Amino acid sequence: MTVLCLVELDASGVADASLRALSFAHGLAAGTGVAAVVFAPADQVPGDVLASYGATEAHVAEPGRVPGYAPQAWARALAGLAGQDGASAVVAAATDRGNEVLAHLGAITGLPMAANCLSAEPGDGGAHQIVRQRWAGLLLEDARLDGSPALMTLATEAMQGVALAEPAALTVHLCQPTLAEDDLRVRATESAGHSSGVSLATARVVVGGGRGVGGPDGFAPLEELAGLLGGVVGVSRVVTSEGWRPHRQQVGQTGTRITPEVYLACGISGAIQHMAGAAGAKHIVAVNTDPGAPILSHADYAVVGDLREVIPALVAALRDRSSA
Amino acid sequence: MEILVCVKRVPMVGGKIVLTPDGQDVETRMSGFTISPHEECAVEEAVQITERLGGTVSVLTLGPPAAADQLRDALALGAGRAVLLETDGREWGPIATAAAIVAEVRRRAEAGDGYDLVLCGNEAADTGDYQVGVRVAHALGWPCVTAIKSLEITGGGDGGGGSVARAGREYRGTEESFEFGLPAVVAVKEGINLPRYPSLPGRLRAKRAAIERHEPAWQEEGLRKEALRVPETERKQATVLGTGADAVPALLRVLDEWGVLP
Repeated sequence: MTVLCLVELDASGVADASLRALSFAHGLAAGTGVAAVVFAPADQVPGDVLASYGATEAHVAEPGRVPGYAPQAWARALAGLAGQDGASAVVAAATDRGNEVLAHLGAITGLPMAANCLSAEPGDGGAHQIVRQRWAGLLLEDARLDGSPALMTLATEAMQGVALAEPAALTVHLCQPTLAEDDLRVRATESAGHSSGVSLATARVVVGGGRGVGGPDGFAPLEELAGLLGGVVGVSRVVTSEGWRPHRQQVGQTGTRITPEVYLACGISGAIQHMAGAAGAKHIVAVNTDPGAPILSHADYAVVGDLREVIPALVAALRDRSSA
Repeated sequence: MEILVCVKRVPMVGGKIVLTPDGQDVETRMSGFTISPHEECAVEEAVQITERLGGTVSVLTLGPPAAADQLRDALALGAGRAVLLETDGREWGPIATAAAIVAEVRRRAEAGDGYDLVLCGNEAADTGDYQVGVRVAHALGWPCVTAIKSLEITGGGDGGGGSVARAGREYRGTEESFEFGLPAVVAVKEGINLPRYPSLPGRLRAKRAAIERHEPAWQEEGLRKEALRVPETERKQATVLGTGADAVPALLRVLDEWGVLP
């Protein structure tokens, strides 16, 4: 009984989230083999990376068969492979695409799908004992997932991807899925627009601004500081719902989940929905006028004071330092 | 354009989440309830579309009788019709929820006033299942897109037939877009718009509005909750580096130690 793993590629090769999903699949398969499923031209599939994260097989669906991202077609291909391989589980990273494709697979097969899993153990009768996130990780759910194959997406914070000391021997198959008529009705067109610089999700430094910034005009010093540190500005929900900053800068349950070395949270009280998005930060420093703000129980260090005084002083000190 | 918006009543959680003693649910005796955030935006989007193209927004929720409050919230924002799929308060899974929504869509079509568009939130704030809309779309044979942050509908005559939707979302820092014909299911994310505040006349209208009620049957699903837990997090208490601008040298030392200074 193999475990199928949907693998997404990005500019670096296999996306980090998919490396973690491969490691999750490897643990779940317990030696019975992991089959990676990749939608890309065969010459762009990094077989060595797949093998070192435990894949024993790779099913490659080339664009001639499945052109680009078409969620229902990707799910149809997975359904075919799951049947053909007698898979015990089909897993994917809990990205927009991973959740979407597995939801389609659940709908096609009539099987239950568990999103944002943290762990899974095969149990009796093909069932899995799982732990999954609710409330974006603020709560955990212990659950039993009955369904063969078990459909699961892996939460971002669940685990690290682990390269094996001994890479598996990988067999590559070109996959020729049989699609239904409607499967290509919805297909993505990527815009020519390129991402400018550092993204919020992957920045090493995030300078956060909350209600304490005071209004749309208060962000210039934060932007300047982020620029000096090679980072980006992130904001709390109140800032976007007031229309001070665009929603794409929001950190939190309904915004972006960040994973920086340092999160410098300025004028942010620390509501749990916001902290759910900052749980991946390695270090947190809070700048807040209120020494009793909840953010202080999530932070390593705090500066008690008005960010409108502290941040310009920090910017000036950094400028002095670089000109010295 | 006939639009059905599906919303969920979820507890308003503040500083922390507290569970009931049996560990099965979030303790809500002390908290209020709200519409799950992505779905507030779905309501706003539906109202904006009908303001441009005409038609009616129907808002639907599946939940206990008290979920009528969330329907009235949506009515106050501009929805014209409300449907409560009434439950006994038990938690419903995504498969049964989707089936109950599909039954409503079919009822409406049989009454000769079928929906052109079903809008939902990308995932509910509490259960985060990410799949109800997709399952509804498959059952109806309609196209479906999720995680949508921009939506434009063009063309088509009365009733939305022949209309084309263009929906966009973020993908690794760029935008990807999808084009498809209606009827369709679209799951949206917060950020697609900025929901308005209800007007006073809107609130008054909502208070008086009739709510259509149905009682779908609960079904057990393959994903079964056993218990909820609050994750154990490391309780920290920040070390205060200092007060105001005087703390800057200490702050620089810490940032330098962490290796993030240029």
